[in-house]
Amino acid sequence: MGEARSLLRIYVLLVGARARAQLEYRASAVLQLVGTTLIAMLDLAAILILFDNVPRLGDWSVAEVALLYGIASISFGFADLLVGHLDLFPEMIRDGTFDGILTRPLPSLFQVVASDFSLRRVGKALQGVAVLIVALTQLDIDWTLGRVLALPLAVVCGVVIYAGVWIALATIAFWIVDAIEFVNAFTYGGNFLSQYPLTIFGRWLRGLVIFVIPLGFVAYFPALYVLDRPDELGLPEALRYVSPLVAVAVALVAHLVWTNAVRHYRSAGG
Amino acid sequence: MRIGLRLDWELARRGYRRYAAYPGATAAGLFTNVFFGLLTAYILLAVYDERVEVGGYDVKDALAYAWLAQALMTIVASFGPSWSELALRVRSGDISTDLRRPVDLQRSLASQDVGRAVYQAVFRAAPQFVFGALVFDVTIPADVGRWLLFAVSVCLALAVSFAVRFLVNLGAFWLLDYRGTMILALVVSHMLSGLIIPLTFFPGALAEIVRTLPFAAMLQAPIDLYVGEPLGGSAALVLGLQAAWAIVLVLAGRAVLRAGTRKLVIQGG
Repeated sequence: MGEARSLLRIYVLLVGARARAQLEYRASAVLQLVGTTLIAMLDLAAILILFDNVPRLGDWSVAEVALLYGIASISFGFADLLVGHLDLFPEMIRDGTFDGILTRPLPSLFQVVASDFSLRRVGKALQGVAVLIVALTQLDIDWTLGRVLALPLAVVCGVVIYAGVWIALATIAFWIVDAIEFVNAFTYGGNFLSQYPLTIFGRWLRGLVIFVIPLGFVAYFPALYVLDRPDELGLPEALRYVSPLVAVAVALVAHLVWTNAVRHYRSAGG
Repeated sequence: MRIGLRLDWELARRGYRRYAAYPGATAAGLFTNVFFGLLTAYILLAVYDERVEVGGYDVKDALAYAWLAQALMTIVASFGPSWSELALRVRSGDISTDLRRPVDLQRSLASQDVGRAVYQAVFRAAPQFVFGALVFDVTIPADVGRWLLFAVSVCLALAVSFAVRFLVNLGAFWLLDYRGTMILALVVSHMLSGLIIPLTFFPGALAEIVRTLPFAAMLQAPIDLYVGEPLGGSAALVLGLQAAWAIVLVLAGRAVLRAGTRKLVIQGG
């Protein structure tokens, strides 16, 4: 426990320094924040244009899809803030930075995660918050304490699931250094997928994101609970309550995959 | 003239080889394109559960769109590693070396981009589209003429896209932080090229307007010709628009490069 607390303290120090450095260039920071927000909003624009043509998508209304979008975007925004720089992880292997990391007396995953922090990525989460608020005002939700708590809990679980998937898949760089774009399918692609009701995707694709890479637990199942909707997929009702367990499982698997990958890693130096 | 063409050919070959050197990256990119293609295809299928036709596209056309948009994206590279290279060279000052070479900068970059596009077309766009066409019931034009129009349109799309990328990158001559304009250009071109959603899905008159812009010429235009739903019902109009945008933007790129170069010389001494 003491170790975890000291790691957290180091993380806050490192990240704080980076954030302050980025804020030194105020105009540039603001411009990039706006840009990142706009890019994230492209997906929202797509949803709105689709709903300009049809009243419902897979029997979900625009406000219901916006709820999915909000939960998914906020979760993904924070996951991106925490571990999005894993996209550059192959560079760390290629240029030997990772070898340096292995010589330092801190967990390697911690060092990689703490190696960068781009404030502009907050933009993704912020626009998700805005969409979620608008969605909630449009929806007629039968609020209970459980449903109120379910939303922040879904976001926390969503962040853990996205980040865990990101970390576990990024380890592919230990074996194939130039294949990182493969990970994009499940990170950026996973975010894109979570914005829509799972029911519209093909059977095997649904199976993949429920049972193998559990992205379906980020938004779809928590949303079923909040909206008190029956699951058209006919899966057990229990699934809408288990996102926290899924998040813990993903975190454990990610940790296991990472430690295992590092153990088998041989640097380019031989 | 012959020396010039020879140079173009050699540069194109190098542009090709530069991408051919990373088969792992190609395979990974192909996988990701297919995944996004699947997501788009299923989302559009959900739309066509409610409707028979949207903006002239029936369900088979929309599925063809889903796979062609992903395929063409790799060819016209509205987004990718080659995207900000020139801006980085302007920023670092390496551009001065490029300008001192006895070759036309725009033309030599264009040659390399053609090589890149050919590689992407063969190893990413084509296999991915074949996958989509095998798994989904997509429109496959029966007449050769339509395929020809499509091929010509893809070439013009590449020309327009190259000209736009060249222009946006040159912004780095004037802006200390070029990333803002790059992101803005990315947002606009993704939305208005038809990459995120078919432009034919846009509401009413807006659809007609955005389909005349240079962004549409980069992606939506060839797809429209492929499914046989060109703007105004006229393939000639679409190709003419694309060609006109290509010429205007290439010339604009040359003018901007001249202006930027003058500025560079002033700063240099």
